[in-house]
Amino acid sequence: MGLELFNTLILLLLVVAAIIALRVKDLLTASVVFAVYSFLMCLLWAEMGAVDVAFTEATVGAGISTVVMIATIFNLKRKSSD
Amino acid sequence: MKKLSLIPVLVVGALLIYAADDFPEWGNLSAPASASPLSSHFISNTGFDTEVPNMVTAVLADYRGFDTMFETVVVFIAGMAVLAILKNSSGSNSKKKNFHIETEPDIIVTNTVRLLIPVIQIFAFYVLAHGHVSPGGGFQGGVVMGASFIMIALSWDLEKALARFPMDRCFIVAGLGIVLYAGIGLLSMFLGGEFLDYAELANVFPVSREMARYHAMLGVEIGVGLTVTAIMFALYANLATEGRLKGGL
Amino acid sequence: MFEDGTIINELFIERLNYFIYVILLLIGLHGMIAKNNLIKKLIGMSIFQTAIILFYVSVGVKEGATIPIYLPEHDPHGSHASHGDENGTEEAVHGPVVLESGLVKGYANPLPHVLMLTAIVVGVATLGLALALCLRIYQGYGTIEEDEILAKIERQEMRLKPSIIVKSADSPKPKTSNSENSAPKPKVSSSPSTKRSKARPKAKAKTASTATKAKTSQAKSSSPKPKPAVSKSTTTGTKKSPAKPKTTASKTAGKSTTKAKPKPRAKPKAKPTTRTKATSTAKKATASKPKPRTPKK
Repeated sequence: MGLELFNTLILLLLVVAAIIALRVKDLLTASVVFAVYSFLMCLLWAEMGAVDVAFTEATVGAGISTVVMIATIFNLKRKSSD
Repeated sequence: MKKLSLIPVLVVGALLIYAADDFPEWGNLSAPASASPLSSHFISNTGFDTEVPNMVTAVLADYRGFDTMFETVVVFIAGMAVLAILKNSSGSNSKKKNFHIETEPDIIVTNTVRLLIPVIQIFAFYVLAHGHVSPGGGFQGGVVMGASFIMIALSWDLEKALARFPMDRCFIVAGLGIVLYAGIGLLSMFLGGEFLDYAELANVFPVSREMARYHAMLGVEIGVGLTVTAIMFALYANLATEGRLKGGL
Repeated sequence: MFEDGTIINELFIERLNYFIYVILLLIGLHGMIAKNNLIKKLIGMSIFQTAIILFYVSVGVKEGATIPIYLPEHDPHGSHASHGDENGTEEAVHGPVVLESGLVKGYANPLPHVLMLTAIVVGVATLGLALALCLRIYQGYGTIEEDEILAKIERQEMRLKPSIIVKSADSPKPKTSNSENSAPKPKVSSSPSTKRSKARPKAKAKTASTATKAKTSQAKSSSPKPKPAVSKSTTTGTKKSPAKPKTTASKTAGKSTTKAKPKPRAKPKAKPTTRTKATSTAKKATASKPKPRTPKK
C-alpha cells in the first residue's frame, strides 16, 4: 500500500515537472527542470526493480543529456518566446 | 494555428486510454510480458549457460550481443555526425555571448576536482568490471568515465581537457572500441562457431565454455565502454565550442 | 460509482499508472508539435522518449519480485545446498544449476530492461545530433524560433523567384524575367537551400587560401560590370559573371563545389527588379567574409 502511494506521488511530480519544463520562458531553467524529470524517472525505475535502467538513466539522462543541452544553450539565445 | 495541434493529440490520447483498459494490472504475475517463455528461459538458464549473476548484462552482451554492437555503432555515428556538422562552421556572426566567462579557474573548485577525478575514474572502471555481478556494465562505466573528462573541461578550461584527450585520439579510441567488439565476434567465427558465439573461444583459451562466455562478455563491455567514453567527451567538446574547440564553458 | 468492474474503477483506480503514462506521452507530443522554440521541441522529444521507456519497463514488473540479479543461494559461482536433508546429509552442489520454474517468479523480467537500455543510449545520441543541428540553424538564420525561420525562408524564396513578384504587366519585362529564370534555375536547383548558399561562401572563405581575396576583389570589380549590361541583355550578363569567377575557381582549387560559390553572387545581380536588394546582399556577402577569417588568424 505504501508502495502504491510512492508510485502515484512520483508520477504526479513527473507530470508537473514535464509541464513546467515546457512552459518556462528561460531555456536554462527548462534544462534544469528536465534534469529533475530524469532523476524522478530514475527513482521510479529503481523502485520498480529495474536497477540497470535506473543507473543508465541517472548517468546518461540526468548527467550527459543535461550538460550537453546547457553547453548548446550557452551558444544560443537563452530566452525563448514561448 | 498551433492550437489545432491539440486535436490530434487529444485523439491519440483517447485512443491510448481506450487501449489501456485491456492491459493487465500493474505487477500482475500472469501478464503476457512476464509469463512469456522467453523471459523464463533467460532467467533460468543465464547462470547455467554463462555463469554470470547479472541477467541483464548477460542478455545484453551475450544473448542479444548483435543489438548491442549496432547500438555502439549508432553512438559512434552520432559523434562523427556532430563533428561533420560543426567542423567548418563559421561561428555566430551576431553579437555572440550575452554572458561571457572570463574568470580564472577557482582555487577551491580546481583542488577539489583534482582530488576527485582519480576516484571517479577508478569508480568508472569498477562499474565496468562489475557489470557481471552488480548493476552496471559497459555503458554506465563509459559514461562516468567520459563525465570525468567533461569535469576537467568544466573546472579548468577546455584546453586542459583536450591536452589529455585530444579530439583525433577521441575518434581513434571510439573506433577501437567497435573494432574490439567486432573482433571478438569475428574471432569466434574463425574458430568455427557463429558470429559472436563466445563459447568457441574455449578452443583458444584454457577456460571452460561457460567461462569463455564470461570473459568474452567482459571484453565486449570494455569495447563498448571505450566508444561511449570517447563519444560523450567529443559530443560535449564540439557542442560547447561550435566545432572550433576554443573557448567554451 | 466506485465498485469493481465499472469503467471508472478500472481505468482510474487500478490502472492509474497507465493513465499517467498516457498523459506524459501527450505532453511530450504536444510539446514537439506546438512549441515554437527548437530547444523546447527537443525537450518535448526527450519527454516522449522517456515516457515510452517508462511504459515498457512498467509492463514487465512482477509483484513481490526482486531485481534481476541472482540471489546468493542461486549464485552460479556459489555452492547450492540441496534441500533434501532428511538423513542429515547435505549434499552441496557446486557450480551453476538451471533454476526451477517455481523460482523464476521471484525475479523481475530482464527482457524489457535490456531493450530499454539500448533505447536510452540511442536517445541521448539522437539528442546530441539534434542539438548540433540546432546550432547550425542558429548560425545560418540567427534565430531558433520556428516562425521566424519560416518567414526568413519565405523571404529568400521570394527573392529567388521574380516571376512570383507582382509587377506591372509589361510584355518585355516578363520575357526578360523568363529568360533569366532559365539561367538561374539550374543554379537554384544546385543550391536549394539558401542557408547553405549563405553558409557556403562563409565556409569556403575560411577553408580557401588567400586566392579567395583575389577572387572577391575580382568579383567586386566585375560586379558593377554586369549591372548596366543586365538591363540591356540579361542572358549575356548572366553568362559573363559566372564565366569570370569560374575560371579563377578552376585555377585556385580543384574542388567542384567552388563552382557553386560564384553562383549565389551572380544570382542577385541577374535580376533587374531586385537590384537594390541584390546589391545590399552582395555587399553583405562580401563584407561579412573578412569577419570569419579573423579568428583563424
